[in-house]
Amino acid sequence: MSDTDGTWVLRARGLRKEYGRDAGLVRAVDGVDLEVAPGETLAVMGPSGCGKSTLLYLLGGLDRPTGGEIWLAGRRVDQMSERALARMRRDAIGFVFQAFHLMDELTAVESAELPALLAGRSPRAARQRATGLLEQVGLADRAKFLPTALSGGQRQRVAIARALVADPLMVLADEPTGNLDSAATLDMLRLFDQLHQAGQTLVIVTHDTRIAATADRMISMRDGAFTDETRLQGGTTGRLGALAGLEG
Amino acid sequence: MQQEVVLALLAKEPSHGYELRARLRGALGPLGESMNPGQIYVTLTRLEKAGLVTCEHAAGLAERPDRKVYALTAAGQQRVAGWLAEVAWPRPDLAEFHLKLIAAAAAGLADPVSIVDTQRRELLRRLRDAQRAAMAEPDRSAAALLLEGIVLRLQADLRWLEACERNWTARKERS
Repeated sequence: MSDTDGTWVLRARGLRKEYGRDAGLVRAVDGVDLEVAPGETLAVMGPSGCGKSTLLYLLGGLDRPTGGEIWLAGRRVDQMSERALARMRRDAIGFVFQAFHLMDELTAVESAELPALLAGRSPRAARQRATGLLEQVGLADRAKFLPTALSGGQRQRVAIARALVADPLMVLADEPTGNLDSAATLDMLRLFDQLHQAGQTLVIVTHDTRIAATADRMISMRDGAFTDETRLQGGTTGRLGALAGLEG
Repeated sequence: MQQEVVLALLAKEPSHGYELRARLRGALGPLGESMNPGQIYVTLTRLEKAGLVTCEHAAGLAERPDRKVYALTAAGQQRVAGWLAEVAWPRPDLAEFHLKLIAAAAAGLADPVSIVDTQRRELLRRLRDAQRAAMAEPDRSAAALLLEGIVLRLQADLRWLEACERNWTARKERS
C-alpha cells in the first residue's frame, strides 16, 4: 500500500534498527509505527539512549533501518539507492542538530544558502532566499558574521535558516535547544511556532519538555519503542493563575 | 487576594484602588486576567477594619467615581516589613500523589504507570499553556518572569514523573 493520497508527509511501519549481535544485540529502534500529517509539529521525547536520535536519523535517510518501511510523501525511502537517498535528503528534508554543525569558515549567509546552491538554485536566488530567512530569524544584521562571532542561540537560528532555505517538505530537529540557555530556548520556541503557523511540517526529538509542550502531538519513547502519546491543546490563563498561587 | 500583597502594593505611596489594580495587572500580565476585580476592594475593606490601612475620601475628579485613597497605618507598615522578611515557599503536595501510586499498586486497583501517564499529559497541557503565554510576553516583562517560574516548576514536576515512571515500570517487571 502506498499512501499517495497526501494524508501523511511521513509514514513509518514496523521500523527497526539493531546494532551488534547475539548477547550484544541492541535494539535501538524496536518496531516503531509513525505517521506525520502535513503542517504538524510532532515531538518525540525520551531519556538519552531511548533511541529517539537513531529514529530521527532513520526518518531523515541519514541511516538505514534494519527492518520496516519508511514513506516520504508517498515514496518508499528505505530501499532507495544511496544516490536517490542523497537527493531526497537534499531536496525534501531540512536538518537542525543540537551542535548546530555550521562550518567555521562560512559566514551566516553563506551557511544558510548552501543547501539551496546544492539543490541547483542560482547563486542569486539562493542568496536572496537565505537573506530573507536570516531576516525572518532576526539575524539580518549578522549575515556576514562567522559562527565564532555568534552566540549559541544565533548559531542555531542560522542552522534553522539553512534547514529552510531549500523549502523542504519536512524539518527534522535533534535536540535543537540542547545547547541553549533559557532566553535562547524561548526564542527558538517562538521560531518553531512561526514555522508551525506557516504550515511547515516539523519533527523534533528532544528531552526538553518545553519544546515537547508546544508541539501538536507528543510521543514518549522508551527502550526503542513508543510508550505513550499525548495530543496537546491550549487551555485557559485562568488555570495558569492557579498554578502561580493566584486564586481565581 | 492575600492581605499582605495588597498592603505591600500600598507601601510605595497612598493610592486609589484602581491604581493598585493597575500595578497588579502590570506584574501579573495574562495571569491577572482571571482575578475578580472587586476582590482588591474586599481586601482593602478588611484591612481597614483591622487597622492596617486608613481610607480617606479625596475631593477630586468628577470623572473618577473611585475617590477613596488608601494609606498604610504604622501597624500596616510593620506587617509589610514582617512579610518581606518572612521565609515562606509554596509546598507542592508530592506526598499525596506518591501515596496514590502506592495505594493503587498495593490494592491492585489501578496501574501506577498509567496514573503517571495521565498526570504527565495534564502537566504537559499546563506547560503548553504557560509556555504559550510566556512566548506572547515581551522579553523581560514582569509577567514573563512569573511565567518562567511556572514553566520551571512544571519541568521539575515532569522530571519527577519520569522518575516515578521508571521506578514503577521496574517494579512491575520484577513482580
